[in-house]
Amino acid sequence: MLDLYGTQIGSRLLLGTARYPSPAVLAEAVRRSRTEIVTVSLRREMAGGRNGGAFFDMIRALGVSVLPNTAGCHGVSEAVLTAKMAREVFQTNWIKLEVIGNHDTLQPDVFALVEATRILASDGFEVFPYTTDDLVVAERLLEAGCKVLMPWCAPIGTAAGPLNLSALRSMRAHFPDVPLIVDAGIGRPSHATTVMELGFDAVLLNTAVAGAGDPATMAEAFAKAIEAGHQAFGAGMLEPRDMAVPSTPVIGKAVFA
Amino acid sequence: MRLIINGEPETIAATTLSQLLAALAYEGEWLATAVNGELVHREDRDDHLLNDNDRIEILTPMQGG
Repeated sequence: MLDLYGTQIGSRLLLGTARYPSPAVLAEAVRRSRTEIVTVSLRREMAGGRNGGAFFDMIRALGVSVLPNTAGCHGVSEAVLTAKMAREVFQTNWIKLEVIGNHDTLQPDVFALVEATRILASDGFEVFPYTTDDLVVAERLLEAGCKVLMPWCAPIGTAAGPLNLSALRSMRAHFPDVPLIVDAGIGRPSHATTVMELGFDAVLLNTAVAGAGDPATMAEAFAKAIEAGHQAFGAGMLEPRDMAVPSTPVIGKAVFA
Repeated sequence: MRLIINGEPETIAATTLSQLLAALAYEGEWLATAVNGELVHREDRDDHLLNDNDRIEILTPMQGG
């Protein structure tokens, strides 16, 4: 089980809810993935709020925990206010804190992220920060009150997979007791397995499932891949070597000449 | 009263935030409201008086990653 701010989580896949072909496909993907946590957002709506209401009811019917995000926020005050509004609606102290610093890469503004974390943590929020793989930033986030870290492995929506395995390895080594969740950049189940084999605790993804030809089946594939990587890390993998080693015993081999 | 609602200028007859939501046909427990950059809790909307040129945000749940 994974402990996230005192909540015990069985599934190590956190799933985003955006960009699915339909609400029915989203619901099926959530079910097939067996995820226990989905991410959601808050947006302006002029139609009396009825679209938001329908989505809210659908998410609640799925029976999973909700992790609201502050996606699209570009500064401390905007992110803090969005987090407070999310808590009002979703009745949870959890917040996936995103403060975007660059339009092209959607990379986090880590300075604003740390500042917003400090404000929100002191207000009782349990912050899941969307951050980079920078160790110093990670330290600052922990000092500011985070008990979970969510580094990207590639820019949001790129499906590029882990671009800097060395940095992710360092992160795992430096923070052995902090839940680490790779958030953003995963494209294929093998990418998810790779980061889980490094000892990461969970993977948060969205586009890789929502944009797949068959999202529900892909969600299930990711669940299996993440579990496989997690099991493999725990079971102790071999290190690669240069020279061959016979797998079949040599002792007792017949000699015919 | 002249108000900026979700970024759009509007003229609406409402003196409180609750009245504004009713006038715009917003209803439901899933709404979040802010006035001039400050959260206004659900239970405070009846008493929250509006002023000319207030900036009001009304947010609802949406898909997210």
